[in-house]
Amino acid sequence: MSTADVAVDRREAGERARRLSEMVFRMRELGIVIALLALIAVTAILEPRFIELDSLKDLARNASIIAIIAAGQTLVILTRNIDLSVGSVLGLAAFFCGDMLSNHGMPIIVAILLCIGLGATCGIINGVLTTYGRVPALVVTLGTMYVFRGIAFVYTDGRQINAETLPDSFLNIGTGTILGIPTIALIAFVVVVIVGLYLSNYRSGRELYAIGSNDAAAKLAGIRVDRRVVGAFVASGALAGLGGALYAARFGTVDATAGTGYELTVISAAVVGGVAINGGVGSVYGAAIGAILLGCITSSLIVLRIDSFWQQAAVGALLIAAIAFDRLVGLRLDAALRQRSARRA
Amino acid sequence: MSLFHRSRALWVAVLAIVLAMVVAACGDTKDDTETSASSAPATTADGGAAANADGEYRRGLKAIVMPKQLGNPYEELEDSGTVEAFEELGGEASIEGPTDAGASSQVPILQSAIQKQPDAIILAANDPNAVAPVLKQAIARDIRVVTQDSDAAPDARQIFINQATTEGIGESLARMASQVTGGRGEIAVLSATANATNQNAWIRVLRERLETPEYSGLRLVKVAYGDDDDQKSFQETQGLLSAYPNLRAIVAPTTVGIAAAARYLSTSPKKGRVQVTGLGTPDQMRKFVKDGTSEVFALWNPKDVGYLGGYAAAALASGIITGAEGERFEAGRLGEREILANGEIVLGPPTEFTRENIDDFRF
Amino acid sequence: MPELATTTPSAGGTPPAAPSKSGVRFDPSNLVRWETLIVGLIIVVLFVGSGLSEQFFTAASFTTGSFDMIEVALIALPMTLIVITGEIDLSVASILGLSSALMGELWNAGLPLELIMPICIAMGAVCGVVNGFLVTQLGLPSLAVTIGTLGLYRGLALVILGDESITSFPSAWTERAFGTINDGWFPNVMVIFVILAVLFAIALHATPFGRSIYAIGANKEAARFSGIRTKRITMSLYVLAGAVAALAGIVMTLRNSTAAANVGVGLELTVVAAVLLGGVSIFGGKGSLFGVILAVFLLGAIQKALLLADGVSSYWIQIVTGTLLVVSVLGPNLVVRAREARTRATRSRAPGAAPPATTTTKPRKEEDR
Repeated sequence: MSTADVAVDRREAGERARRLSEMVFRMRELGIVIALLALIAVTAILEPRFIELDSLKDLARNASIIAIIAAGQTLVILTRNIDLSVGSVLGLAAFFCGDMLSNHGMPIIVAILLCIGLGATCGIINGVLTTYGRVPALVVTLGTMYVFRGIAFVYTDGRQINAETLPDSFLNIGTGTILGIPTIALIAFVVVVIVGLYLSNYRSGRELYAIGSNDAAAKLAGIRVDRRVVGAFVASGALAGLGGALYAARFGTVDATAGTGYELTVISAAVVGGVAINGGVGSVYGAAIGAILLGCITSSLIVLRIDSFWQQAAVGALLIAAIAFDRLVGLRLDAALRQRSARRA
Repeated sequence: MSLFHRSRALWVAVLAIVLAMVVAACGDTKDDTETSASSAPATTADGGAAANADGEYRRGLKAIVMPKQLGNPYEELEDSGTVEAFEELGGEASIEGPTDAGASSQVPILQSAIQKQPDAIILAANDPNAVAPVLKQAIARDIRVVTQDSDAAPDARQIFINQATTEGIGESLARMASQVTGGRGEIAVLSATANATNQNAWIRVLRERLETPEYSGLRLVKVAYGDDDDQKSFQETQGLLSAYPNLRAIVAPTTVGIAAAARYLSTSPKKGRVQVTGLGTPDQMRKFVKDGTSEVFALWNPKDVGYLGGYAAAALASGIITGAEGERFEAGRLGEREILANGEIVLGPPTEFTRENIDDFRF
Repeated sequence: MPELATTTPSAGGTPPAAPSKSGVRFDPSNLVRWETLIVGLIIVVLFVGSGLSEQFFTAASFTTGSFDMIEVALIALPMTLIVITGEIDLSVASILGLSSALMGELWNAGLPLELIMPICIAMGAVCGVVNGFLVTQLGLPSLAVTIGTLGLYRGLALVILGDESITSFPSAWTERAFGTINDGWFPNVMVIFVILAVLFAIALHATPFGRSIYAIGANKEAARFSGIRTKRITMSLYVLAGAVAALAGIVMTLRNSTAAANVGVGLELTVVAAVLLGGVSIFGGKGSLFGVILAVFLLGAIQKALLLADGVSSYWIQIVTGTLLVVSVLGPNLVVRAREARTRATRSRAPGAAPPATTTTKPRKEEDR
């Protein structure tokens, strides 16, 4: 009887806490949006051409590939893991896609699906090693980052894919528009929304948050932790594979080094967008906006004619500012929650 | 901590290994001096016969070719030329290189290459000075050192194969920029990394040329760095287009940059209004020359650069030349070549590619 | 939220696992086994390498191999300590680059090298203070912080030196960095490493400071409650890492006689790989400096063997390093798993079998990152 009371009490408190923290999430995303708008506004005041339609389309295109991979990365980070191999998976898939299209005459849709499958396979390797092999994700994906890139080197063997040999309809995915919206940005939008809906509306999606918050508890609550974590890695790999295909479509030129260093950009985008590196907190929309923000910083520095040497420093500083801000808000939230529960008692 | 006590056996084992290594090392140093002493007369004999320009190429030469970075298609083409040259001469050349193009990434691989004691090392230097100390060691150990495409410090190599003179390339960039803009208007440069030796030298000449009356109508408004990265080159191109609305041409003296700029412009509303020119391979640029994004661009044949480098290295190793100014040697299908001041050999003026001739070239 | 994460598992997960936990962390037989494994691997590599190339088992290999690994070896020392406390520092390679850039800029400005070098090391220490402040005072996750400062410091290096590369360093110094003792086979720069390695080993394995580092890594909260000044110690480790990374930057600059902003990009991952391969747990509390030094030696030997082998492209180094890294952690885990499965099988026949949940949750918790 008393245990039931406590349980109800806990549930109510939990519900309140959930609502409050959800509100903070929304505010967090709002904060990033405001930062983004401020950046665009300042740049636009100094250089009005920055917000011309073509320029905005380019901004969307620039952020698309990072946003897609960041969506997958978000799933992994939510479970308190990390995937450092995405840049290498992208490189491998990009060349594979180009090779299939220009040298083997494969239909475009089949090539893209195979890229996604290739990425998913890489994801399965990461996921299985992490869960069933009990190797920390940082170690696994650091290792596979080297291995997948090495495989890409062996596979490409110094070759390069050129725009000339790729079918125009494929290249149009990277540069064309549908109803005035860049195709690649539409794809990114669809991916982000699907992942977002999955996280909020599906039990297995919400379970990722539970795993990231406390995986021992999640396991005791009957969540199939290993299976969910493998799923997150597969999604991350598959989206990196899709990113690779889009990379080939957008740039038209692919060699073994495609996507080197993307892992850090992708993780930065997610973290700037409010995804906590310790898991359990964040949304895919935030990560996507983070990707747009990072892309905009580079572009606005260029447009404002600021020495591009500053760009890397600016992105690093922004990342630190974002996590410091999260921490301060988190402390406030903790205090508020404690006050509430104190009042109730 | 107890660690020290309990793991004593292990410490002993490791100590034993280290001692064994030391012993082996000492033994080997002796071996080294012995072998180098025994091989010394042979090499000095080669060196002594240096002035003999009628000398035959030695067969069975072993060389190591080092690109700036493995997997870079331009570099791979160049190296395949070197390999071809050595095969023609009955020797062999193996390609070894770093997986990134950082300033010092070639150093460890060079050090190991020296240990293999090849007859020659042919490399494209990522940084002229970072590789210099190792290259000097190589020369000290009687390995002939030839740089191609991108030079090292002149005292750290014997011959440098210049694809074209710096002056010639800078001039060619200015001329093409003038040609595609009709001689007037704003132009911008999209370069590789900010540290790139070659690109910086060419851009310097380009700037000098633009100050002469001949190109007085052209104004260089900005040098942007795409870091030889597609995404960055794309963004820099976008930035140039929106920051400089009156831009007439983008000059990209790098194969990655020119392809990225052309690819971006070919689908942009500014296609045709802003021209792309610079240095690129015909395979990369064919599509964009045909669709009018780029009227003209230039390049030497990278394979020929490597081929000439291979012959020069083989001539050095065979004692046909020493690397002194004025010496001549027969470079296979490229005919007789002469060494200029500073140990440079120039391949020749770059080929300019236009809609008319581009289909004659495949590389 | 972090408090929640750290207290719950230790409260919920430890009791049944307590004996095995101390076994994992402090039973030296475990450590010895790990290091023996690495020594075994080194012997295998030495044999295989000798088979691949006659040049492999020579003094020249040791000399040049040391030059290849010296920066990684130096930075691995403080990194080991940081990882044992359960944190990480990914910004070290950027500090190295910043140190090189600053060195070039100050040399250009006409300062003497004797003054420049301490300035660079002090600058590295300041970078470490920034990392340490963000991690200890603001309580931010070190992984995210140092990914941020990785970009920040490298960016600052570019801002300082831009596209230049400075090469006019006096040959007296560059030859010292590039030279060997008595022109023999032992590189001068390795002396620095040996001295630092001894100092770090003593500090970690034979002082209260070192014991505190293990205690923090084992359980930060418990360490704090037992009177260990966790923040101060963590901070000092970041400062050390910054200073040593800057020192490595000086070594690299003089060794290559080139100061540039883009040197050592990606080196942090090699350092982390060496530390993990050396048997240090990424969750902290476990590992020895000795294992890491052996691992650096192993990585150097593998790299040398593959470089000297004919017809092996250097991307194979990446593939082998990556595979080794994963297998080095996976292998022991599989052994443990197999043993667990066996004991569970025998125990389940006996009455009063231990609940399987406890044996599985504990390790699961640990492997999250």
